[in-house]
Amino acid sequence: MPAVHDRGGWPTDEPIDREEHEWADWERQTQSLRTVLDSRGIMNVDELRRGIESIEPAEYEASTYFERWSASIETNLVEKGVLTTEEIDERAKGLRDQWGYPE
Amino acid sequence: MSDNKDHGGFFDTGWRPSGDVHRDEDGRPHEHPGLQEDVGLGVRASRALAMHELLVEKGVLGENEVEEAIEAWSERVPSNGATLVAKAWADPEFKKRLLEHPKETVIESGFVPEHNADVIVLENTEDVQHMVVCTLCSCYPTALLGPPPDWYKSFSYRSRAVTEPRKVMSEFGLELEEETEVRVVDSNSELRFLVIPRRPEGTEGWSVEQLADLVNRNSMIGVAAATEPGTD
Amino acid sequence: MTFSVGDRITVKDETPPNHHRTPWYIKGRQGVVVEYIGDWLNSETRAHGGDGLPKLPMYRVEFDQSYLWPEYKESASDKLWIDLYEHWLIPA
Repeated sequence: MPAVHDRGGWPTDEPIDREEHEWADWERQTQSLRTVLDSRGIMNVDELRRGIESIEPAEYEASTYFERWSASIETNLVEKGVLTTEEIDERAKGLRDQWGYPE
Repeated sequence: MSDNKDHGGFFDTGWRPSGDVHRDEDGRPHEHPGLQEDVGLGVRASRALAMHELLVEKGVLGENEVEEAIEAWSERVPSNGATLVAKAWADPEFKKRLLEHPKETVIESGFVPEHNADVIVLENTEDVQHMVVCTLCSCYPTALLGPPPDWYKSFSYRSRAVTEPRKVMSEFGLELEEETEVRVVDSNSELRFLVIPRRPEGTEGWSVEQLADLVNRNSMIGVAAATEPGTD
Repeated sequence: MTFSVGDRITVKDETPPNHHRTPWYIKGRQGVVVEYIGDWLNSETRAHGGDGLPKLPMYRVEFDQSYLWPEYKESASDKLWIDLYEHWLIPA
Protein backbone atom coordinates (compact mmCIF):
# COMPACT_ATOMS: atom_id res chain seq x y z
CA MET A 1 0.00 0.00 0.00
CA PRO A 2 1.41 3.41 -0.92
CA ALA A 3 2.39 5.95 1.72
CA VAL A 4 -0.40 8.31 2.72
CA HIS A 5 0.93 11.26 0.70
CA ASP A 6 1.44 9.20 -2.47
CA ARG A 7 -2.09 9.79 -3.78
CA GLY A 8 -1.94 9.11 -7.51
CA GLY A 9 -4.57 6.62 -8.63
CA TRP A 10 -6.13 5.96 -5.24
CA PRO A 11 -9.63 4.66 -5.91
CA THR A 12 -12.17 7.44 -5.48
CA ASP A 13 -15.14 8.76 -7.41
CA GLU A 14 -15.28 11.93 -5.38
CA PRO A 15 -15.96 14.91 -7.66
CA ILE A 16 -13.42 17.75 -7.60
CA ASP A 17 -14.74 20.30 -5.14
CA ARG A 18 -13.93 23.67 -6.71
CA GLU A 19 -15.03 25.83 -3.84
CA GLU A 20 -12.21 27.82 -2.23
CA HIS A 21 -12.09 28.03 1.53
CA GLU A 22 -11.57 31.41 3.10
CA TRP A 23 -7.94 31.75 4.12
CA ALA A 24 -7.34 32.36 7.80
CA ASP A 25 -4.65 34.82 8.78
CA TRP A 26 -2.55 32.05 10.31
CA GLU A 27 -2.56 30.17 6.99
CA ARG A 28 -1.11 33.16 5.14
CA GLN A 29 1.38 33.55 7.92
CA THR A 30 2.37 29.88 7.78
CA GLN A 31 2.78 29.97 4.01
CA SER A 32 5.11 32.93 4.35
CA LEU A 33 6.93 31.55 7.38
CA ARG A 34 7.96 28.63 5.22
CA THR A 35 9.14 30.94 2.43
CA VAL A 36 11.26 32.90 4.90
CA LEU A 37 12.72 29.80 6.56
CA ASP A 38 13.70 28.56 3.10
CA SER A 39 15.32 31.79 1.95
CA ARG A 40 17.17 31.96 5.28
CA GLY A 41 18.56 28.46 4.72
CA ILE A 42 16.86 27.12 7.85
CA MET A 43 14.47 24.67 6.20
CA ASN A 44 14.22 23.74 2.54
CA VAL A 45 11.24 22.48 0.58
CA ASP A 46 12.44 18.87 0.64
CA GLU A 47 12.59 19.02 4.42
CA LEU A 48 9.09 20.47 4.46
CA ARG A 49 7.87 17.56 2.34
CA ARG A 50 9.72 14.98 4.42
CA GLY A 51 8.17 16.42 7.57
CA ILE A 52 4.70 16.27 6.01
CA GLU A 53 5.27 12.69 4.94
CA SER A 54 6.25 11.73 8.50
CA ILE A 55 2.84 12.76 9.86
CA GLU A 56 0.85 9.74 11.07
CA PRO A 57 -1.52 8.65 8.27
CA ALA A 58 -4.67 9.30 10.31
CA GLU A 59 -3.55 12.81 11.15
CA TYR A 60 -2.43 13.44 7.56
CA GLU A 61 -5.89 12.50 6.31
CA ALA A 62 -7.69 14.58 8.91
CA SER A 63 -5.52 17.70 8.68
CA THR A 64 -5.96 20.71 6.48
CA TYR A 65 -3.17 21.71 4.11
CA PHE A 66 -1.53 24.30 6.33
CA GLU A 67 -2.03 22.20 9.45
CA ARG A 68 0.29 19.72 7.78
CA TRP A 69 2.74 22.53 7.04
CA SER A 70 2.60 23.67 10.66
CA ALA A 71 3.35 20.13 11.86
CA SER A 72 6.27 19.77 9.45
CA ILE A 73 7.79 23.15 10.25
CA GLU A 74 7.66 22.19 13.92
CA THR A 75 9.26 18.80 13.29
CA ASN A 76 12.11 20.46 11.42
CA LEU A 77 12.70 23.36 13.81
CA VAL A 78 12.74 21.04 16.83
CA GLU A 79 15.04 18.56 15.07
CA LYS A 80 17.44 21.34 14.23
CA GLY A 81 17.39 22.65 17.77
CA VAL A 82 16.02 26.04 16.70
CA LEU A 83 13.00 25.69 19.02
CA THR A 84 11.92 23.20 21.67
CA THR A 85 8.60 21.39 21.89
CA GLU A 86 8.13 22.69 25.43
CA GLU A 87 8.43 26.35 24.50
CA ILE A 88 6.06 25.88 21.55
CA ASP A 89 3.59 24.07 23.87
CA GLU A 90 3.69 26.89 26.35
CA ARG A 91 3.39 29.71 23.83
CA ALA A 92 0.65 27.94 21.88
CA LYS A 93 -1.35 27.42 25.06
CA GLY A 94 -1.03 31.10 25.86
CA LEU A 95 -2.27 32.04 22.41
CA ARG A 96 -5.24 29.70 22.67
CA ASP A 97 -6.11 31.03 26.11
CA GLN A 98 -6.02 34.48 24.60
CA TRP A 99 -7.89 33.87 21.34
CA GLY A 100 -10.09 30.98 22.30
CA TYR A 101 -10.49 27.31 21.57
CA PRO A 102 -12.51 26.15 18.58
CA GLU A 103 -15.84 24.50 19.40
CA MET B 1 -12.63 48.44 16.02
CA SER B 2 -13.55 48.72 19.64
CA ASP B 3 -12.69 45.15 20.52
CA ASN B 4 -9.28 44.10 19.39
CA LYS B 5 -9.90 40.43 19.97
CA ASP B 6 -12.91 40.32 17.70
CA HIS B 7 -11.68 42.55 14.93
CA GLY B 8 -7.98 43.07 15.15
CA GLY B 9 -6.58 39.81 13.86
CA PHE B 10 -4.57 37.50 16.03
CA PHE B 11 -2.07 39.89 17.47
CA ASP B 12 -2.65 42.68 19.89
CA THR B 13 0.57 44.19 18.58
CA GLY B 14 -1.45 45.38 15.63
CA TRP B 15 0.10 42.77 13.39
CA ARG B 16 -2.23 42.46 10.46
CA PRO B 17 -1.53 40.11 7.61
CA SER B 18 -2.94 40.87 4.23
CA GLY B 19 -5.97 38.90 5.27
CA ASP B 20 -8.28 41.65 4.13
CA VAL B 21 -7.34 41.17 0.49
CA HIS B 22 -9.12 38.10 -0.80
CA ARG B 23 -9.02 36.86 -4.33
CA ASP B 24 -11.49 35.23 -6.62
CA GLU B 25 -10.74 32.17 -8.70
CA ASP B 26 -8.59 34.13 -11.12
CA GLY B 27 -6.73 35.98 -8.44
CA ARG B 28 -8.50 39.30 -8.72
CA PRO B 29 -8.58 40.89 -5.31
CA HIS B 30 -11.89 41.67 -3.72
CA GLU B 31 -12.71 43.14 -0.38
CA HIS B 32 -13.32 40.75 2.43
CA PRO B 33 -12.82 41.14 6.14
CA GLY B 34 -10.98 37.80 6.29
CA LEU B 35 -10.61 37.85 10.03
CA GLN B 36 -11.24 34.88 12.21
CA GLU B 37 -13.96 36.09 14.50
CA ASP B 38 -14.93 33.88 17.39
CA VAL B 39 -13.54 30.72 15.86
CA GLY B 40 -10.60 30.34 18.18
CA LEU B 41 -7.27 28.78 17.34
CA GLY B 42 -6.86 25.15 16.35
CA VAL B 43 -3.88 23.20 17.66
CA ARG B 44 -1.75 23.52 14.53
CA ALA B 45 -2.76 27.14 14.00
CA SER B 46 -1.71 28.05 17.51
CA ARG B 47 1.59 26.21 17.15
CA ALA B 48 2.35 27.95 13.85
CA LEU B 49 1.71 31.34 15.42
CA ALA B 50 3.72 30.34 18.49
CA MET B 51 6.69 29.33 16.36
CA HIS B 52 6.61 32.64 14.54
CA GLU B 53 6.55 34.63 17.76
CA LEU B 54 9.39 32.61 19.26
CA LEU B 55 11.53 32.88 16.14
CA VAL B 56 11.16 36.65 16.16
CA GLU B 57 11.87 36.91 19.89
CA LYS B 58 15.02 34.85 19.56
CA GLY B 59 16.19 37.01 16.70
CA VAL B 60 16.17 34.09 14.25
CA LEU B 61 13.78 36.09 12.07
CA GLY B 62 13.33 39.81 11.76
CA GLU B 63 10.22 41.35 13.21
CA ASN B 64 8.66 42.16 9.85
CA GLU B 65 10.21 39.43 7.78
CA VAL B 66 7.16 37.20 7.54
CA GLU B 67 4.89 40.16 6.97
CA GLU B 68 7.08 41.25 4.08
CA ALA B 69 6.89 37.73 2.67
CA ILE B 70 3.10 37.91 2.88
CA GLU B 71 3.28 41.14 0.89
CA ALA B 72 5.47 39.42 -1.68
CA TRP B 73 2.91 36.63 -2.00
CA SER B 74 0.33 39.24 -3.00
CA GLU B 75 2.39 39.82 -6.17
CA ARG B 76 2.01 36.18 -7.19
CA VAL B 77 -1.29 36.10 -9.04
CA PRO B 78 -2.73 34.30 -12.07
CA SER B 79 -2.64 37.50 -14.11
CA ASN B 80 1.16 37.04 -14.23
CA GLY B 81 0.78 33.80 -16.13
CA ALA B 82 -2.10 35.20 -18.16
CA THR B 83 0.09 38.08 -19.37
CA LEU B 84 2.76 35.65 -20.55
CA VAL B 85 0.20 33.47 -22.32
CA ALA B 86 -1.48 36.45 -24.00
CA LYS B 87 1.89 37.74 -25.22
CA ALA B 88 2.70 34.28 -26.51
CA TRP B 89 -0.60 34.16 -28.40
CA ALA B 90 -0.03 37.59 -29.88
CA ASP B 91 3.66 37.27 -30.73
CA PRO B 92 5.07 34.04 -32.21
CA GLU B 93 8.64 35.16 -31.50
CA PHE B 94 7.81 35.69 -27.84
CA LYS B 95 6.09 32.32 -27.70
CA LYS B 96 9.13 30.59 -29.19
CA ARG B 97 11.36 32.23 -26.61
CA LEU B 98 8.97 31.43 -23.76
CA LEU B 99 8.90 27.77 -24.75
CA GLU B 100 12.64 27.49 -25.36
CA HIS B 101 13.98 29.71 -22.56
CA PRO B 102 11.14 29.86 -20.07
CA LYS B 103 12.97 30.91 -16.93
CA GLU B 104 14.87 33.74 -18.62
CA THR B 105 11.71 34.95 -20.31
CA VAL B 106 9.78 34.87 -17.05
CA ILE B 107 12.49 36.93 -15.35
CA GLU B 108 12.72 39.39 -18.25
CA SER B 109 8.96 39.82 -17.99
CA GLY B 110 9.40 41.02 -14.42
CA PHE B 111 8.37 37.94 -12.48
CA VAL B 112 10.42 36.15 -9.84
CA PRO B 113 10.58 32.35 -10.17
CA GLU B 114 10.53 30.29 -7.00
CA HIS B 115 13.66 29.65 -5.02
CA ASN B 116 15.71 26.77 -6.48
CA ALA B 117 13.04 25.91 -9.02
CA ASP B 118 12.82 26.15 -12.78
CA VAL B 119 9.89 26.95 -15.04
CA ILE B 120 8.74 24.87 -17.98
CA VAL B 121 6.11 26.06 -20.42
CA LEU B 122 3.97 23.53 -22.28
CA GLU B 123 1.76 24.44 -25.20
CA ASN B 124 -1.65 22.89 -25.73
CA THR B 125 -2.69 22.39 -29.32
CA GLU B 126 -5.38 20.62 -31.30
CA ASP B 127 -3.23 17.48 -31.01
CA VAL B 128 -1.98 17.60 -27.43
CA GLN B 129 -3.50 18.63 -24.11
CA HIS B 130 -1.14 18.93 -21.13
CA MET B 131 -2.73 18.75 -17.70
CA VAL B 132 -0.65 19.27 -14.57
CA VAL B 133 -1.05 17.56 -11.20
CA CYS B 134 1.23 16.92 -8.24
CA THR B 135 0.23 13.54 -6.85
CA LEU B 136 2.80 13.65 -4.02
CA CYS B 137 2.11 17.13 -2.66
CA SER B 138 1.11 20.39 -4.34
CA CYS B 139 3.90 21.57 -6.67
CA TYR B 140 2.61 24.48 -8.70
CA PRO B 141 4.01 27.54 -10.52
CA THR B 142 3.19 29.96 -7.71
CA ALA B 143 5.29 32.78 -9.15
CA LEU B 144 3.00 32.85 -12.17
CA LEU B 145 -0.32 31.60 -10.78
CA GLY B 146 -0.26 32.40 -7.06
CA PRO B 147 -0.91 29.81 -4.37
CA PRO B 148 -2.55 26.65 -5.70
CA PRO B 149 -6.33 26.49 -5.35
CA ASP B 150 -7.84 24.09 -2.83
CA TRP B 151 -9.02 21.67 -5.50
CA TYR B 152 -5.47 21.30 -6.87
CA LYS B 153 -4.33 20.19 -3.40
CA SER B 154 -7.32 17.93 -2.81
CA PHE B 155 -7.04 14.17 -2.46
CA SER B 156 -9.63 13.67 -5.18
CA TYR B 157 -7.71 15.69 -7.79
CA ARG B 158 -4.36 14.18 -6.84
CA SER B 159 -5.89 10.70 -7.14
CA ARG B 160 -8.08 11.08 -10.18
CA ALA B 161 -6.00 13.36 -12.41
CA VAL B 162 -3.75 10.46 -13.36
CA THR B 163 -6.40 7.76 -13.81
CA GLU B 164 -9.21 9.69 -15.50
CA PRO B 165 -7.90 13.02 -16.74
CA ARG B 166 -10.59 13.46 -19.38
CA LYS B 167 -13.34 12.91 -16.87
CA VAL B 168 -11.72 15.46 -14.58
CA MET B 169 -11.47 17.94 -17.47
CA SER B 170 -15.10 17.39 -18.32
CA GLU B 171 -15.98 18.40 -14.74
CA PHE B 172 -14.18 21.64 -15.53
CA GLY B 173 -16.20 22.01 -18.73
CA LEU B 174 -13.62 20.82 -21.22
CA GLU B 175 -14.55 18.01 -23.61
CA LEU B 176 -11.67 16.83 -25.78
CA GLU B 177 -11.71 14.98 -29.06
CA GLU B 178 -10.65 11.36 -28.70
CA GLU B 179 -7.77 12.01 -31.15
CA THR B 180 -6.30 14.70 -28.93
CA GLU B 181 -3.48 13.15 -26.90
CA VAL B 182 -3.73 13.88 -23.20
CA ARG B 183 -0.40 14.26 -21.44
CA VAL B 184 -0.84 14.21 -17.70
CA VAL B 185 2.23 15.85 -16.19
CA ASP B 186 2.90 14.66 -12.62
CA SER B 187 4.87 17.59 -11.23
CA ASN B 188 7.24 15.82 -8.84
CA SER B 189 10.52 17.69 -9.41
CA GLU B 190 11.67 21.28 -8.99
CA LEU B 191 10.28 22.15 -12.39
CA ARG B 192 7.11 24.20 -12.34
CA PHE B 193 4.82 23.78 -15.32
CA LEU B 194 2.82 26.56 -16.93
CA VAL B 195 0.41 25.54 -19.68
CA ILE B 196 -0.38 27.74 -22.68
CA PRO B 197 -4.01 26.94 -23.50
CA ARG B 198 -5.31 27.02 -27.06
CA ARG B 199 -6.16 30.49 -28.26
CA PRO B 200 -9.90 30.89 -28.73
CA GLU B 201 -11.15 31.51 -32.24
CA GLY B 202 -12.48 34.92 -33.14
CA THR B 203 -9.71 36.77 -31.31
CA GLU B 204 -7.59 37.78 -34.31
CA GLY B 205 -6.12 41.22 -33.88
CA TRP B 206 -6.92 41.43 -30.18
CA SER B 207 -4.52 43.29 -27.92
CA VAL B 208 -2.45 41.52 -25.28
CA GLU B 209 -4.65 43.07 -22.61
CA GLN B 210 -7.84 41.82 -24.26
CA LEU B 211 -6.38 38.36 -24.74
CA ALA B 212 -5.13 38.16 -21.15
CA ASP B 213 -8.71 38.46 -19.91
CA LEU B 214 -9.47 35.14 -21.62
CA VAL B 215 -6.61 33.30 -19.93
CA ASN B 216 -8.23 31.90 -16.82
CA ARG B 217 -6.17 30.20 -14.16
CA ASN B 218 -7.52 26.69 -14.71
CA SER B 219 -6.61 26.84 -18.39
CA MET B 220 -2.97 27.42 -17.37
CA ILE B 221 -3.08 24.23 -15.26
CA GLY B 222 -4.49 22.46 -18.29
CA VAL B 223 -7.77 21.27 -16.81
CA ALA B 224 -9.90 23.80 -18.67
CA ALA B 225 -10.00 25.77 -21.90
CA ALA B 226 -9.33 29.47 -22.18
CA THR B 227 -12.45 31.57 -21.77
CA GLU B 228 -14.44 32.00 -24.98
CA PRO B 229 -14.88 35.63 -26.06
CA GLY B 230 -18.12 37.07 -24.84
CA THR B 231 -18.68 34.47 -22.13
CA ASP B 232 -16.63 36.01 -19.34
CA MET C 1 24.38 10.98 -18.78
CA THR C 2 23.49 7.33 -19.07
CA PHE C 3 20.27 7.53 -21.01
CA SER C 4 19.29 9.06 -24.33
CA VAL C 5 15.98 10.24 -25.69
CA GLY C 6 14.01 7.24 -26.89
CA ASP C 7 15.60 4.76 -24.47
CA ARG C 8 13.21 2.33 -22.84
CA ILE C 9 13.66 2.17 -19.09
CA THR C 10 12.18 0.40 -16.10
CA VAL C 11 11.67 2.35 -12.89
CA LYS C 12 13.17 0.59 -9.87
CA ASP C 13 10.56 -1.12 -7.75
CA GLU C 14 11.88 0.01 -4.40
CA THR C 15 10.49 1.86 -1.44
CA PRO C 16 13.42 3.16 0.59
CA PRO C 17 12.61 4.53 4.04
CA ASN C 18 14.00 7.96 3.15
CA HIS C 19 12.08 10.73 1.42
CA HIS C 20 11.86 10.19 -2.33
CA ARG C 21 9.95 11.70 -5.21
CA THR C 22 9.09 8.57 -7.18
CA PRO C 23 5.37 7.81 -6.89
CA TRP C 24 4.24 4.23 -6.27
CA TYR C 25 2.29 3.86 -9.51
CA ILE C 26 5.33 3.97 -11.82
CA LYS C 27 7.60 1.77 -9.70
CA GLY C 28 8.52 -1.36 -11.63
CA ARG C 29 6.88 0.04 -14.78
CA GLN C 30 8.38 0.62 -18.21
CA GLY C 31 8.53 3.95 -19.95
CA VAL C 32 10.47 5.91 -22.55
CA VAL C 33 12.91 8.77 -21.94
CA VAL C 34 11.58 11.87 -23.72
CA GLU C 35 14.07 14.45 -22.45
CA TYR C 36 17.16 14.95 -20.33
CA ILE C 37 16.23 17.90 -18.15
CA GLY C 38 19.54 18.70 -16.51
CA ASP C 39 21.30 17.90 -13.26
CA TRP C 40 19.37 18.66 -10.09
CA LEU C 41 20.02 18.78 -6.36
CA ASN C 42 19.32 15.40 -4.80
CA SER C 43 16.05 15.85 -2.94
CA GLU C 44 16.50 12.49 -1.21
CA THR C 45 19.50 13.70 0.80
CA ARG C 46 18.40 17.32 0.95
CA ALA C 47 15.23 16.23 2.77
CA HIS C 48 17.36 14.79 5.56
CA GLY C 49 19.70 17.64 6.30
CA GLY C 50 22.12 17.15 3.41
CA ASP C 51 23.12 19.73 0.83
CA GLY C 52 21.76 17.69 -2.09
CA LEU C 53 25.17 17.51 -3.77
CA PRO C 54 26.32 16.12 -6.07
CA LYS C 55 23.56 17.10 -8.45
CA LEU C 56 22.07 14.17 -10.31
CA PRO C 57 20.88 13.79 -13.90
CA MET C 58 17.11 13.88 -14.28
CA TYR C 59 14.99 12.68 -17.16
CA ARG C 60 11.43 13.23 -18.27
CA VAL C 61 9.91 9.80 -18.80
CA GLU C 62 6.73 9.04 -20.72
CA PHE C 63 4.35 6.20 -19.91
CA ASP C 64 1.29 4.97 -21.78
CA GLN C 65 -1.73 5.58 -19.62
CA SER C 66 -3.50 2.43 -20.80
CA TYR C 67 -0.43 0.45 -19.71
CA LEU C 68 -0.14 2.13 -16.29
CA TRP C 69 -3.81 1.68 -15.46
CA PRO C 70 -5.35 -1.61 -16.60
CA GLU C 71 -8.81 -0.12 -16.12
CA TYR C 72 -8.01 2.99 -18.17
CA LYS C 73 -11.04 3.77 -20.30
CA GLU C 74 -10.22 7.14 -21.83
CA SER C 75 -8.03 7.12 -24.97
CA ALA C 76 -5.29 4.79 -26.16
CA SER C 77 -3.21 7.81 -27.17
CA ASP C 78 -2.99 9.27 -23.64
CA LYS C 79 0.34 9.59 -21.88
CA LEU C 80 1.82 10.43 -18.50
CA TRP C 81 4.99 12.49 -18.08
CA ILE C 82 7.10 12.52 -14.96
CA ASP C 83 10.63 13.64 -14.04
CA LEU C 84 12.90 11.01 -12.49
CA TYR C 85 16.44 10.93 -11.16
CA GLU C 86 18.81 8.70 -13.05
CA HIS C 87 19.40 6.35 -10.12
CA TRP C 88 15.75 5.29 -10.26
CA LEU C 89 16.06 4.07 -13.86
CA ILE C 90 17.38 0.82 -15.28
CA PRO C 91 17.57 -0.02 -18.99
CA ALA C 92 14.54 -2.06 -20.03
